[in-house]
This record gives sequence, structure tokens and C-alpha cells, in this order.
Amino acid sequence: MPIADLSAIIHGLTDTKALATLLDALPLGIAIMDTRGKLLAINSAYEKITGVQRKDVLGIKCLHALRCDFCMKNCPIMTDWENHDPKTVEANILTRNREKVFVNLTLSPLVDDTTTIQGVIETITPSSGGPLDEVSGHVLGLGELVGRSPQVRKIFAMTPSIAQTDSPVLITGETGTGKDMLAEEIHNESDRDGPFVKVNCGALPPPLLESELFGHIKNAFPGADQAKQGRLRMAHGGTLFITEIGDLPLSLQTKLLAYMDNHVVRPMGSTKSVRTDVRLMAASNTNLDDAVRNKTFRQDLLYRLNVIRLHLPPLRERGEDLLLLQDHFLRMFQLRYKKKVERFSKNVDKLLKSYTFPGNIRELRNLIEYAVNFCDTPVIRMRHLPGYILHGHGLPTNLTPSTQRPDIPGEVRSAPPERWEDVQRKMILDALVKTGGRKQQAAELLGWGRSTLWRKMKHFGIE
Amino acid sequence: MEKILIPLIGNELAPRFDMALEVLIVSVTRETSAMGKIDEKIVILDAPSSETMYRMVMSESVKTILCAGIEKEIYDFLRRKRLRVIDNVCGPVDPVLEAYLMGTLTEGQSYY
Repeated sequence: MPIADLSAIIHGLTDTKALATLLDALPLGIAIMDTRGKLLAINSAYEKITGVQRKDVLGIKCLHALRCDFCMKNCPIMTDWENHDPKTVEANILTRNREKVFVNLTLSPLVDDTTTIQGVIETITPSSGGPLDEVSGHVLGLGELVGRSPQVRKIFAMTPSIAQTDSPVLITGETGTGKDMLAEEIHNESDRDGPFVKVNCGALPPPLLESELFGHIKNAFPGADQAKQGRLRMAHGGTLFITEIGDLPLSLQTKLLAYMDNHVVRPMGSTKSVRTDVRLMAASNTNLDDAVRNKTFRQDLLYRLNVIRLHLPPLRERGEDLLLLQDHFLRMFQLRYKKKVERFSKNVDKLLKSYTFPGNIRELRNLIEYAVNFCDTPVIRMRHLPGYILHGHGLPTNLTPSTQRPDIPGEVRSAPPERWEDVQRKMILDALVKTGGRKQQAAELLGWGRSTLWRKMKHFGIE
Repeated sequence: MEKILIPLIGNELAPRFDMALEVLIVSVTRETSAMGKIDEKIVILDAPSSETMYRMVMSESVKTILCAGIEKEIYDFLRRKRLRVIDNVCGPVDPVLEAYLMGTLTEGQSYY
């Protein structure tokens, strides 16, 4: 930097007040440190970003003031600053308000004529945002989706940019991992004004599926006494989400592929075509690559859908997310059912940690809903869990025995009265958990018709 | 007996709960004197994270956490689990622990 009058600048800046005024006028957070990272000066922007006050932190090491992840890993001040090059990194800090703030951090050594480091200048500027949204200050997530594990963070980080494109999205993952919610969240974050329309290929027989997707005109086939618009036209301007696309019959796969090429819908029996603007998203819990090898799924359709592919990991691979989700659902059902259930017992915690959750998050959610419903104390204990989980494989062996007194003959323990409504509700939840949330199978298990199950679920407020 | 967990860096409180490589676990039995009888152990963590810390809190039956920086969601989570968390404390571990045992430690105090 060319300098006109160096001595005047040096004279001006050796005054403490003048230096503080200069630093405070700068919009970025600045800290001046000695060679060991002890803070000598900070400006007001630094105070604002970190929440510290200079009187509290001057004289202590930078890492205790900044609380930055970079300080704890590979800060050159803490190790050897070999080549004296400035370091610029993206990092995160914890403020005094317990908020995690993503920052751009720069460390520049102050080197004298003998190439010895005399001090360090650190600058911090808040970056445009971390890879995540913060939902109501409690759990990190995206809309209704909750998680902190690296795999899920990566998906959350990609979602805003995916939402802004119109490319097809294929979401894969086991049942109950949140594919539908992710698709809806992508739609909600996009600029598309139209509706989010969902169709489940597994739930409809093939002849109905074509009419459901593409619509039909009046009298197109026996029984078609009214014209039907079809989901593709209903989703005009929005998104059509096709779940369990692996179950789509081959004939319809061809028709869907043709639609993806020209975006034209021709209802069954009609000679007229309608142009639509629909973004397609699809989900599958089966391996579509295997389906292509088995010739039950068209390879070209997979290529067309596979423009953006997101894989939601099963709950057992999401590590610390289990705890977050446990807590999240516990609070959700506490509020919904207005029950003072505060926590899980140690044994329940152990059991949930060791359980493999084949039904993934849906199973965990249903299990906690069941437990909150049947829990009559502030703590969810083993006896409040559905029976199947206690009799399944993989029950941990190191559970501590309950401190509850055994029933003594002659002493009457009053059991809470069980209403028929509660029993029915319990049966429905049990069946849904056992079938991984598949309503058709749950209805069969209960010996009811699908519509009966649906009506009762609506009555009990089970989603 | 009360168990206290303190994330460490050297002899000082670690700046962050989720990134501390060492943890001091102090067991205090207050039957003998005002300060009580103290047992200490240090645990080294391979992969520090809030999750690892929480697992340790549960396995060690910790009742109190003294730390510097902690994320709000983790802080709230621990409080809901009925743990006492005194955060935003910084300084060498000995005076911090002593202040806690004397009942004078509050959030936001610096012992440098």
C-alpha cells in the first residue's frame, strides 16, 4: 500500500484513542493479538459479533473470547506458523448468547523486517449463513425435518439450491426416513406458485393409476361417467411428487417418460393435449438400479429422474440424531396431548439406542406418541412402550431392574382405567408401527377395511 | 454425591463444550466438610461432539456441567434433562471449581 506520510500516520496511530477510533470505524470484527494469541485490542464490531465486552477479554487468549471451531483444530497461532502466509477460513463461533454464527475468519501475521512475527491481526465477518436453517432455536432442521448428522446436514445445505431449479428430483431411502417431507420442503422453498400434488403408485391398481395421473374424459372407459382432470394437470405450476415410483407399471413408465420429454398431457380417451408446467419429483424405498437390472423399471426413466438424487439415511446410521428426534417428538406430543411427560427412563434410553428402527423416524414417532399416550407418570418407562419392541430381538441385556416395588398380594395397585377408545387407538398405533406406516397392511392386520382405518385414524387425530 | 463435568483444554475450561478433547469429572461428597470430599478423573475423547458429551453425562450420572461456550439447543436439551448447566464461565479449572463448591459461581464469570 503506498503511503504519503508514514511518520504522520505512525504518530497518529500510536495514540490509544486514535487507534480505537480507527478500529471502531471499521465494519468488520478486528482483534489484535500478540504472538501467543493474547488479545491486545478488539473493536466494537468484534464485540457485536461475539457478544463479548472488551474489558472482559483483553489479556486473555483469543480462543476463549472467540470460541471458534478453527481455534480448536488447526489455528496457526496455537501451532507453528511456518510460512507466515495469512489464513482465510470459513468457521463458526459460539456467541455469549449461545448462538452458533458462521463467519469468515482471516488471520494475518504482523511481520517485521527480520521476518519475525510481532503480532497477529484477526478479522471476522459473519458469512451469509451456515449450511443449515435454525428452527425455533431448538433443533437444526429444514421445515419439519430435524437432524444434525453430517449426511442430513449435507442434504439440508443442498435443498435451497435444489429448490430453485426445475430439474427432476429422485429421493431414495428406506421407509419412514422422511422422503415425502423432504419433497414437500423442496417444493415449499421453491418459487413455484402451483400446488404440491402427491400420488402413491403403490396404493392404486394399474388401471386406475393411469387415469389418476393423466386424467380421462367422460365415457373414456366403462364407469367413467365424469371427466377427471388427473394429478399432472392438478399440479400445473407446482410439483407432482410420485412416491413408490418403483411400483409404476412399465406401460405407465413409458407414458411418464414421454410426458417428461414434452410436458404434454393427453387424458385417456381424449384426442386433445394439454401443455402443463409441472416439476416432477419421485421417491422410492426400493433400489431402482436393481429394478432396472431385473427389467421392472425403465433405465431411460431412471436417467431422466436421476438428475438430482438425494438419499435419506436410515435412522440407525444417523448417530446423534436419534437423541434430537426423541426429544423433538417428546415435546411435540407433550404439547399435543397436554401431558406432563418430561423424559425417558435410563432403560428406555438404552433400549431406543440399541433398537434398529426398521420403520425409521416414522416408527420412532409412533412409538413416542404411543408412550406419551399411555404414560401416567412424568417419566416414560419400559412398561409404557408398545409390546412388540420389548419382545423383539436386540433388547439390551444391561438394563437396570426397575426400582418399582413388586405387587404384593393383598395390596391393591389401582390400574388406570382403560377406555375402549384408548384401546382402539393403541391397536391402530400398534398396527401402524408393525407395518411401518402402511395403512393398507395395517387395516388388514386389524381386520378392518382401509376406509374404516382411515376414518378411525381421523377420529383419533393420528396422522 | 454430586458429579460435575468440566470440558477442558490443558488446565483451563475448554472454550467449547462440543469440541473439548478432555473432560474432568469431579465427584463431590459433601458429608465431611463444607467443600466435601473430592474425587477427580480425566477422560480423553477421541471424537468430541455434543453427543459424546451427553452420552458421558448419562453414563457417569453427572448432575452439573460447568463450561464456557455451549450451543443454545444443547443447553436447552440438557436443562430439560434436569441437569444444572453453568456456562459462559472461563478461566483455569481450579478457581472455577472452588467457586462452584463455595456456591459463588455464576454464569458469565471469568477467572483470568
